[in-house]
Amino acid sequence: MIDKVTDVKPVSNSRTRPSGNFIKAVAAVLWKDLTAEFRSRELFSAMLVFSLLIILIFNFALELDIKTRQSVNAGVLWATFAFAGTLGLNRSMAIEKDRGCLDGLLLAPVDRSAIYFGKVLSNLAFMLIVEIIVLPIYSVLYNVNLFLPGLLLVILLGSIGYVGVGTLLAAMSVQTRTRDILLPILLFPVVIPVLLAAVKASSGILAGAELADILLPINLLIAYDVIFIAVAFMVFDSVVEE
Amino acid sequence: MPSKPLTLRILDIVSVIVLGISAYIALFVAPTELVMGDVQRVFYFHIGTAWTALLGFILAAGFSVIYLITKNLLWDRLQVAAIEVSLVFFLITIVLGSIWARPAWNTWWTWDPRLTTAAVTELIYIAYFMLRQGIDDPDRRARFGAVYALIGGLSAPITFFAIRLFRTIHPVVISGSNPEAEGAFSMTPDMRTAFFFALFAFTVVFIDLFWNRIRLGELQDKVEQLKLKVTM
Repeated sequence: MIDKVTDVKPVSNSRTRPSGNFIKAVAAVLWKDLTAEFRSRELFSAMLVFSLLIILIFNFALELDIKTRQSVNAGVLWATFAFAGTLGLNRSMAIEKDRGCLDGLLLAPVDRSAIYFGKVLSNLAFMLIVEIIVLPIYSVLYNVNLFLPGLLLVILLGSIGYVGVGTLLAAMSVQTRTRDILLPILLFPVVIPVLLAAVKASSGILAGAELADILLPINLLIAYDVIFIAVAFMVFDSVVEE
Repeated sequence: MPSKPLTLRILDIVSVIVLGISAYIALFVAPTELVMGDVQRVFYFHIGTAWTALLGFILAAGFSVIYLITKNLLWDRLQVAAIEVSLVFFLITIVLGSIWARPAWNTWWTWDPRLTTAAVTELIYIAYFMLRQGIDDPDRRARFGAVYALIGGLSAPITFFAIRLFRTIHPVVISGSNPEAEGAFSMTPDMRTAFFFALFAFTVVFIDLFWNRIRLGELQDKVEQLKLKVTM
């Protein structure tokens, strides 16, 4: 898998690298993850089954009859995505650490932030694929139409923020003694703004609100995405350096 | 091993004294609030601890930026000290607030922006210590701690503004008037004295504890180095 990354032409001076190579490096990391996942399908199947189980549990926990459903649909969806998301984030970083792949990646003569963005994109891809499958299943099970353009936009924005911070924190948590159990503890308190705005916007859309009414939470999501991806981009170096 | 500096010893004593005076003013000098009665007196300590805790968290975020740039472990020590003292102060703020909220709002807890943000902030910094505990290498511990303190320090205010999209019932005593706030009141001159003295007292206590904690961090590092020397 690492071969893919070293395909990128080594450039002697990392500071003056043309941006074309940066994008190539990001694409290489993304491609490596997708190929690995396509061959094993470990992560994807685990996330999907886990999501369905969470929905099942919510069904019993909340007694999802028609009346309650209308008010909690958005909440149940986002709780499902958040829990399934940690599974994916943990796994995608743990594979790198376990088989020493992370060291290989770090040896590649590319900017470290390219590795971060590649990882973010692959994690985002897994999360979006799971979400795209969960949505129709949820729609069928609970007889509600979730294929609304506004909702898809909110899911995309929310997932970007979630994965952006999650990838950074997962890179830290796999290097600690407590590993897997630490990620949700680190991640959940700092992604509360994302979940809050996403749930607010989603429930607005499901209740048939106009775009103008949910502009506030959507703007908040965009702001969060921009701020945290910028910060993660700046500090990722300190997280992976040895 | 260097003994405790004289200034710090004096500061220890001074902080105990000002805390005592502040308690005296809050309990005996400040007049009883008309509607809420004596329970309003927790307000002075509530604000005192809240202010110093927030100060500590903001300082910690600043220290983490400086650490990430300079990679000097001194800033890491300052950061841990600030967060640890602030974590305790903020817990006191929440507990005192709850004691006040029970008679004023008729509930121990409500999911108001300030209260929710306070709870989330506590959880962020508890997670911060769990993260640090899982790492043995001091440099890595410092780097990860700085990164997480920075992310947490950015996230907490965003959480606050996010929840603020909804209404709040928390009174704003100092400035601004929220017509929906419950338990708001205006301060008499004596209350003002008690209020500002409490702010002053807790700032002194904070500096004292902060300093002591930094010293503790230095001693811990020294012990670790000595242990390494013995085992080598």
